[in-house]
Amino acid sequence: MDALPHADWMAGLAALLVAMIRAATPLALAAIGELVAEKAGVLNLGVEGMMLVGAVAAFATMVTTGNLALAVLAAMVAALLMALLFGVLTLSLMANQVATGLALTIFGIGLSAFIGKGFIGIPIDGLGPLSIPGLTDIPLLGPVLFGQDVLVYASVALTLAVSLVLYRSRAGLIIRAVGENHAAAHAIGYPVLGIRYLCVLFGGAMAGLAGAYLSLAYTPMWVETMTSGRGWIALALVVFATWKPGRVLLGAYLFGGVTIIQLHAQGAGLAVSSHLLSMLPYLATILVLVLISRDRVKIRLNAPACLGKVFRPES
Amino acid sequence: MGLRLEPRAERSRVMVYLTPLVAAALTVVAGAALFAALGHDPVRALFAFFVAPLTTAFGLGELFVKATPLVLCALGLAVGFRGNVWNIGAEGQLILGAVFAGGLALWAGETIPGGGGPWLLPAMVVMGILGGMAWAAIPALLRTRFNANEILVSLMLTYVAGLLLGYLVHGPWRDPMGYNFPESALFGEAALLPPLVAGTRLHIGALFALAAVAGTWVLLMRSFIGFQIKVVGLAPRAGGYAGFSGDRVVWLGLLCGGGLAGLAGMVEVAGPIGQLHTQISPGYGFTAIIVAFLGRLHPLGILLAGLFMALTYLGGDTLQIELGLPRAVTGLFQGMVLFFLLASDVLIHHRIRWSQRPAIPHGEAG
Repeated sequence: MDALPHADWMAGLAALLVAMIRAATPLALAAIGELVAEKAGVLNLGVEGMMLVGAVAAFATMVTTGNLALAVLAAMVAALLMALLFGVLTLSLMANQVATGLALTIFGIGLSAFIGKGFIGIPIDGLGPLSIPGLTDIPLLGPVLFGQDVLVYASVALTLAVSLVLYRSRAGLIIRAVGENHAAAHAIGYPVLGIRYLCVLFGGAMAGLAGAYLSLAYTPMWVETMTSGRGWIALALVVFATWKPGRVLLGAYLFGGVTIIQLHAQGAGLAVSSHLLSMLPYLATILVLVLISRDRVKIRLNAPACLGKVFRPES
Repeated sequence: MGLRLEPRAERSRVMVYLTPLVAAALTVVAGAALFAALGHDPVRALFAFFVAPLTTAFGLGELFVKATPLVLCALGLAVGFRGNVWNIGAEGQLILGAVFAGGLALWAGETIPGGGGPWLLPAMVVMGILGGMAWAAIPALLRTRFNANEILVSLMLTYVAGLLLGYLVHGPWRDPMGYNFPESALFGEAALLPPLVAGTRLHIGALFALAAVAGTWVLLMRSFIGFQIKVVGLAPRAGGYAGFSGDRVVWLGLLCGGGLAGLAGMVEVAGPIGQLHTQISPGYGFTAIIVAFLGRLHPLGILLAGLFMALTYLGGDTLQIELGLPRAVTGLFQGMVLFFLLASDVLIHHRIRWSQRPAIPHGEAG
């Protein structure tokens, strides 16, 4: 048998990398948002619910207005409102963060299914990849670096921005102080609750963006519970990344890779049930959680010390 | 002038029991507003949602049929939640219980002439419990051995369980006579739970739930183990000084949760469903989390909360038939209940005060 012609081989690899990055983007967006909230000491388990509401808001807006930018904005606002609800309950009313996050996800699943009922099966012109003449045509690097859609670049830029803000700015220092020791931050005079609200809302907007990516770009359609656990995988990614933005992106690409291997194995007619192959991303999540968490000292050093703890201003 | 929260010196016992009722009442009010906003007569819609399902004997039976898996799952979750063990994978444990019990039923139906005797149902109960326990043992092991977060592991395993069930009914366990539908063969007579009341689908699984309420009550409220769980949950360090093992509470919480969720899975497939297919649970394992909180992690409270949440399933069905609203209304109501509960829980530790002048900011008081 002849080896594949060089160009075909390159094109195949490029397609694989492009697909991997596309699969990773919603995970990266949601995880970066959650990372900021967790850095400020708030554990929001409602990422899955916020993503779903973002996805349905984006899709419904796209169908009714046909405006992509407006659809993305709608997703961010809708998920931000969900995050606000979470903030009011956990920050102002001091409710348990774990229970409230779960409530947010259950509510988000119901709300998105309710809103999305009329939008099932409607086709849209989704967010397509860029095409820069000359650059996109470069073999291998062209499609991977210059042939993605806007949100892919946004996810990389936002990761970089979050990393800079958290570790190279005064604002980041304050956010981390609030997450490490809210009593001390409060004593110095920082508005602990205000800062936490902002970080939670940022997390919500990012989850909305992740949802928009799913329903506008990744699979341009609306299907009930279409996030299929990506919000939870994003939560695991934050632990996997030991709360470091750059590693979140890296982890997301790793997971994108796992998803793509599974899809390609199915496509290549591998004689394994698609149901069994679809388990891979979830099993991989468990595996990396175990590998990272087994080092208790590392987790304790890197996790924000006040993560998930209620702050009572009066006490 | 405005509303202000003031910490109570002691937590209010009255509010502990009152807030679930407040949450249910607020959900009804918010539901009325939602229906009105959608252009439906709120009174008629609320009647269809909360009352109409209970006006027939069949409907009442359905209430208990739906409450049974919810109460079973929620009881097990409550054991864990009391000890700060966050098992949120009851849905997956339910599925594994259904797979273990259903696998035995299918095996008996195929290999034993006559489909098995009176031993079959008790054996299926044991298999269901074991299946759920096995699935819950994974997060317990990974948490105690490797410090892996049980929330994420138990949830990931729920997706894996759903895919495993899908694999079985699409593949090896598919009914060869089933026109290629992803369904197993129907269980034999010996593998079905006998009905309790003629004319309804109510079956003896409901009695399992009642027995579990009693059993969990003894475990949590009257046993030393229950005391240990409570201490470790409220003050892990104090529990450590008293010599109570945190790891043991993790194992206990997850195994109780898994076992009862597995039993719920067995009850579903051997009761109202009678076979295995991919839609064996409309999210009972997740709704059970709300039931556990609404019932205040107390077995009797969970029984009442389970009945209330079961009504939201029936109400969703009735609304779909009568007003053409999507069934997702059920999920919306369930989410609202938990939100209102969590919001009104602030009243347990705080009271609302009208302040005549703005409260003195903390920093300037001293």
